[in-house]
Amino acid sequence: MSGRNIGEPILVVEDISLSFGGVRALQNVSFDVREHEIRAIIGPNGAGKSSMLNVVNGVYHPQVGTVTFKGETRHHVDPHHAASQGVARTFQNIALFRGMTVLDNIMTGRNLKMRTNFLQQALWVGAAKREEMAHRRKVEEVIDFLEIQHIRKTPVGRLPYGLQKRVELGRALAAEPELFLLDEPMAGMNTEEKQDMCRFILDVNDQFGTTIVLIEHDMGVVMDLSDRVVVLDYGRKIADGKPDEVRSDQAVIDAYLGVAH
Amino acid sequence: MNWQFFLEVLAGGLLAGVMYALVALGFVLIYKASGVFNFAQGAMVFFAALTFVSLVERGMNFWIALLATLAVMIGLGIAIERAVLRPLVNQPPITLFMATIGLTFVLEGLSQLIWGSQPHGLELGIPDEPMQWLSESANINISQFDLFAALVAGILVAVLALFFQKTRIGRALRAVADDHQAALAVGIPLRQIWAIVWAVAGFVALVAGLMWGARNGVQYALTFIALKALPVLILGGFESVAGAIVGGLIIGASEKLAEVYLGPFVGGGLESWFPYVLALLFLLVRPEGLFGEKHIDRV
Amino acid sequence: MLYREAGQFKATYVEDQQIFPIRQDRIAFAILLAVAFLVVPLVGNQYWLSAILTPFLVASLATIGLNILTGYAGQLSLGTAAFMAVGAFMAYNFELRMPWMPILGSFALAGLCAAAVGMVFGLPSLRIKGFYLAVATLACQFFVLWALQRIGWFTNYSTSGVITAQKIVILGYAVVTPASKYLLTLSVVAVMALLAKNLMRSQTGRAFMAVRDMDVAAEVIGIRMMRTKLLAFAISSFYCGVAGALYAFCYLGTVEPEAFNLDISFRILFMVIVGGVGSILGSFLGAGFITLLPIFLNLVSGWIRHTFGVELDHAMLSNLELIIFGGLIIFFLIVEPLGLARLWQIGKEKLRLWPFPH
Repeated sequence: MSGRNIGEPILVVEDISLSFGGVRALQNVSFDVREHEIRAIIGPNGAGKSSMLNVVNGVYHPQVGTVTFKGETRHHVDPHHAASQGVARTFQNIALFRGMTVLDNIMTGRNLKMRTNFLQQALWVGAAKREEMAHRRKVEEVIDFLEIQHIRKTPVGRLPYGLQKRVELGRALAAEPELFLLDEPMAGMNTEEKQDMCRFILDVNDQFGTTIVLIEHDMGVVMDLSDRVVVLDYGRKIADGKPDEVRSDQAVIDAYLGVAH
Repeated sequence: MNWQFFLEVLAGGLLAGVMYALVALGFVLIYKASGVFNFAQGAMVFFAALTFVSLVERGMNFWIALLATLAVMIGLGIAIERAVLRPLVNQPPITLFMATIGLTFVLEGLSQLIWGSQPHGLELGIPDEPMQWLSESANINISQFDLFAALVAGILVAVLALFFQKTRIGRALRAVADDHQAALAVGIPLRQIWAIVWAVAGFVALVAGLMWGARNGVQYALTFIALKALPVLILGGFESVAGAIVGGLIIGASEKLAEVYLGPFVGGGLESWFPYVLALLFLLVRPEGLFGEKHIDRV
Repeated sequence: MLYREAGQFKATYVEDQQIFPIRQDRIAFAILLAVAFLVVPLVGNQYWLSAILTPFLVASLATIGLNILTGYAGQLSLGTAAFMAVGAFMAYNFELRMPWMPILGSFALAGLCAAAVGMVFGLPSLRIKGFYLAVATLACQFFVLWALQRIGWFTNYSTSGVITAQKIVILGYAVVTPASKYLLTLSVVAVMALLAKNLMRSQTGRAFMAVRDMDVAAEVIGIRMMRTKLLAFAISSFYCGVAGALYAFCYLGTVEPEAFNLDISFRILFMVIVGGVGSILGSFLGAGFITLLPIFLNLVSGWIRHTFGVELDHAMLSNLELIIFGGLIIFFLIVEPLGLARLWQIGKEKLRLWPFPH
């Protein structure tokens, strides 16, 4: 992974606490993500990993704490604002638009870059048509990159799981994000599919310099891909560091092997 | 302001609200057990009332007719489960909702095809007249029939509560209402339960049909009372029996008060939309209803 | 063998994103338009033009309107007829109070009024979904009808509450014959259907569908929930409003608010379900099907009387109609949730392969 210049922190979450009713999902979690790096979040089930991503892009609003992205500190992040700042993500349970084709799904990823209004679009002349074609060209690049040309016009609901995961990645990529949140991109995949997905993630990071935050259960994948790892357990951060440091951390071993608390 | 008149209007409204609650109850039962918003509940009320009154008019004894109608409603419940719900299992709730709109049309057409379209009178032996002692002592006019309906509603709720708390089927129903998957996992036969719930809802529809039929006559317009029950549900929450009752009372009272005190300023006829707008404003404040549960969207 | 797309290559994205990418479809559609505009007005008799084709076209437009809201944006509405009523009565008032206004201008303004009403009653959609929203739209249905009946201004203080649509004059030419009213309706509907199709294949349409399919994900990729939902309500109501104006001016002539009752709202919803949720073509198919069904039933009852000597009275027929309508809805929801449009598409795919099955 040479050639990448890992820079200053682009994302800083500080002292995040989030609870639903009486259930504490996150407690005083802080960590940072540096520009261009691949940062993994790991932890047992229910550790609060997905909740953490949901805080970063504004789906959940924490009771305490702040999120700083590109120097802008916010307590209350709004999903639309996060998206327009360049945060994109995929979901643990695929969140594609099932009734739409692969092409349309990925096109939605470019919605923030479209400028024409609905009247121009209804007339389908001039600017609206040119814009649609320009973005179509961009989306075709994403489709080529992910090698899904053959299913362009297929409704995503009819695709097998592995391909759906890839389309979801494509939708997020189409937005040309600066920060890419991936929630278990390889869950439920076979070895071959996992290898493909790993390659795509590394390529995205390498070619476009996209900063990536990744939740993953497969330890092998995490160790291979990530620059630094955050470990959560019961909503608390229990370790933070380079993969091999984290692997030998006693608290992490206890959390995974289930030592009584 | 004339407080006696106010009380009279209020009481009339509350009692009318009981009648709405009777219909709303049927919605709540089905929604709780199967997650289906049964738009056809009003049509079921009509179907039940029309069947009953037609049987009585053909010379059948009151009680035998009641039992026969109950049997028909149970059969209908089972048939609906078979023909409509089972093929649509696991579809989004909105699809099931639209299917019950279709069901509404089928039931309306079917009942009139079988029994004819002419209106019928229905006599339960309770006069719809103000109670004398109350009129004389406090100068407040409250209909005997309204009180009777309230009593019936009270008994119905009590019977349903007993059924849900004390019987095996009732407990299974509550389990299903809490969590379909978990109920299936512990071996509760979901389909049977749904058929039973629809049958019980048919029974509630029969009671509501008798009350409304006795008050307004058994005619096509009965199907519209379902539309009155909808704002009640929004107000009370779709899954709460208590909500149906309280919501009914609030809608009944506020609609009558609005008609009497606001109506003259805007030309009357508020009853057609006031409950809806009230429920709508309420929704903006508390989308889950008075007694509904708050849901967290998980991602 | 005639229906083949082999050899038709698409070299540009513009060609790939045409409404009819297959050449045979383009030719067939051009022929259909030519017949509708040139042949039908010449050969159609008064009954067909004014009692079947014009109301069919109006219904198609309203169905497109509801389809935009329910089929594309996923917001179920039971208040379609109310938006149509706003369109009808406002068009009447614009013509009445601003006689210099060209009729199409009145239609457009009436549509905008309906859009405004639609946005007001669409506000709850920001907090509630599904059948909660459907019930909320009933508020619109009842409130609008009540307002039209009780507030004299809308009906120009007519004692009966009935209005008579003004005579339509376009560029000095009086639109009075069934054929000319049909042509006017057809032109408006054709143009608006094209605009709707364009809109639905652009970013706006994709945003609607994204909100329909998964609203949380839509928000995360930056689609604004409030703007998108209110826009869906506005555009949908605009279409319904114009449909209502056409209904009054080109079909009914004299209208009372009760003509736009809940039954009409249901009927339009049925057209959407039968025709195809989320399809402009399906809107036409559904409207055609539901419009023709009663006529077909009448024919059948005539045939039964003729062959078996059994008289089906009017009440029985209308009850049968209810049962068939309801049964069809259930049938389509169970068997083909995407309606006639999907069946049409499947048929075309079969035809492409014909006569070889694979």
